Amino acid sequence: MKRYFHNLGEKLIEGLITISGTVTSITVLLIVFFLFKEGLGIFSQSPVAEGSVIAVHQNNPVKELKAAEVKEIFDQNITNWKEVGGPNAPIKLFSIDDITDYYTEEQIGANFEHLPQRLNELVAQEPNMLAFFPEEYLAKDFKGHRIELANVSLGDFLLGRQWYPTIQPAVQLGVLSLILGTLWVSLGAILIALPLGLASAIYLAEIANPKVRNILKPVIELLAGIPSVVYGFFGLVVIVPLIQDVFGLPVGETALAGSIVLGIMALPTIISVSEDAMRTTPRAMKEASLALGANKWQTIYKVIIPYSISGISTAAILGIGRAIGETMAVLMVTGNASVIPHTFLEPVRTIPATIAAELGEAPQGGIHYQALFALGCILFLMTLAINLTVDFVSAKKKENR
Amino acid sequence: MAFGTTSSSHKSKHLAQSAAFFIFRLLSFSVVAILLVILGFILVQGISVISWEFLTEMPREGMTEGGIFPALVGTLCLVAGSMLFAFPIGILSGIYIHEYAKDSWFKRFVKLMTNNLAGVPSIVFGLFGMTLFVNQFGFGDSILAGSLTLGLLALPVVIRTTEESLKAIDDSFRIGSLALGATKWQTVSRVVLPMAFPNIITGLILSIGRVSGETAPILFTVAAYFLPKLPTSIFDQVMALPYHLYVISTSGTNIEASRAMAYGTAFVLILIVLLANLLANWLRRYFGKKVKMN
Repeated sequence: MKRYFHNLGEKLIEGLITISGTVTSITVLLIVFFLFKEGLGIFSQSPVAEGSVIAVHQNNPVKELKAAEVKEIFDQNITNWKEVGGPNAPIKLFSIDDITDYYTEEQIGANFEHLPQRLNELVAQEPNMLAFFPEEYLAKDFKGHRIELANVSLGDFLLGRQWYPTIQPAVQLGVLSLILGTLWVSLGAILIALPLGLASAIYLAEIANPKVRNILKPVIELLAGIPSVVYGFFGLVVIVPLIQDVFGLPVGETALAGSIVLGIMALPTIISVSEDAMRTTPRAMKEASLALGANKWQTIYKVIIPYSISGISTAAILGIGRAIGETMAVLMVTGNASVIPHTFLEPVRTIPATIAAELGEAPQGGIHYQALFALGCILFLMTLAINLTVDFVSAKKKENR
Repeated sequence: MAFGTTSSSHKSKHLAQSAAFFIFRLLSFSVVAILLVILGFILVQGISVISWEFLTEMPREGMTEGGIFPALVGTLCLVAGSMLFAFPIGILSGIYIHEYAKDSWFKRFVKLMTNNLAGVPSIVFGLFGMTLFVNQFGFGDSILAGSLTLGLLALPVVIRTTEESLKAIDDSFRIGSLALGATKWQTVSRVVLPMAFPNIITGLILSIGRVSGETAPILFTVAAYFLPKLPTSIFDQVMALPYHLYVISTSGTNIEASRAMAYGTAFVLILIVLLANLLANWLRRYFGKKVKMN
């Protein structure tokens, strides 16, 4: 009997342990599920600003416009209907604030009670008008027709250069500048961190005596432990003004500031991963090299570095991964202008910073909210690709041995 | 003549080595210098702000005066909550991967997923925590939602620490215990875990330092911009130190006037990390000696 309970307890514990083992897998699957569930919603929503109507005269042949075209029209870069597939006639813009140009306050009514009817008349009178007004003022017997905006396509989303998620009358959700901004800042970070990190790793693994090692190791651990918001704060009060002074810029919040901060943050990862890789070089190989008359430095760059090159590339990839996903520090020092970067001395905006800055203000379930989740999907896929590459590289390394 | 050439090539060989080693040493110490500059700057600027009042009073005057008490309490709640979740599950999960799982596709899958979870950016945890805990489960912006999100973020670290610590225990101990008739769980709980305990606890302390400074996961799950009162239940919103630092250094009502408060907050955050690291190092040394004495 006692033995039976013993076995039962053993089985229960094993079950509990197995369940705990699956928690991470379940979490990853849930992250994928929720991220994509919200994010993919962007492709089935109209980019017209919520609660608004874009309408034209009923004889106007233009039935559908793209969000980008609407913005061009309202920015007056497109001024003729033929540019968007209509007749050769100038586009007459109308938004709700212009109503007083056409009607007196009396005609509209003190509480706007006649406004729907007036809008109806106006659109019916003006064959070349593109009217934009709140949906609540749409008359029941509206004679014009509403312009449908094409839903955002994957191509528009990934390759669009304009990120204006709250603009009227049609939101612009192109994320190319955000993706390039993220990669640009991360590239700069790795250019700064890789030489510094590799040199430190070589020094720690092969040159330093144990005493120095015992000082350096905790230092690197501490660098890894400093919160990103503190790095961001340091960047904001020290690095940003420094860059502004040195390069004589109007603002110091630039891609360079982000790269420097991210470079420092990526250092611990790069150092510890590549140091570990160098330490796995078999002693026999090192000693053979030394016995052949090579000195220590020749052994390092002819034997140890080639041997551990896959570990070193893993370190670099992981460093990039850390930089791509970093949020707070970047948000605080890069200036967050959503433009395609050309130099390191201009502000950029990254994907994580965009999510952190805008999610709080995006109404839940709206297209802006879903666009931010879609950005989260892109970020997730980027880091997933990085992790899988790392797994692949280290699996290959094991195979080669 | 031949002798002369070898000698000069020997010389240049030696010179190259000296030059390379000098550069490596220089770059390594510049890493130390970077850390010292960051730490030194924040500690020097922050120390004058720290006082008993700063640590125990509510923020006042648009967060330019007073203290950080609610943020401090909030961060403590979040750290405690996330660890309550991440420690047991993480340690059991580590035991599963290293002691129980058979070498199958499932174990490889679990390991792959754990690695992937470790690489997921913290802001994505924030998005996920908001959809699942805040909206789906209806916890709202609360300590519970924030703690669970932070706990998930810490999970891979705890698992990896446990796994590494278990790996360091020689198999002969397990075989010996099993040979004496102990069951698997008896072996794990009475032989393997006690031996791995020092390393596990060291890793856990370091992960506490990390969690206390995380900002992105709590942005949309718990952190309050300004809430000068203490939480009364796990369904309350709280202020948190890292978010407070972000707020007063970038978007507060008067950024210049709250600079001193920002230095003080950064100081406290650094102090938490420093203490966690010192404690971890001390434990490592303490247990290291003890093990050697046996």
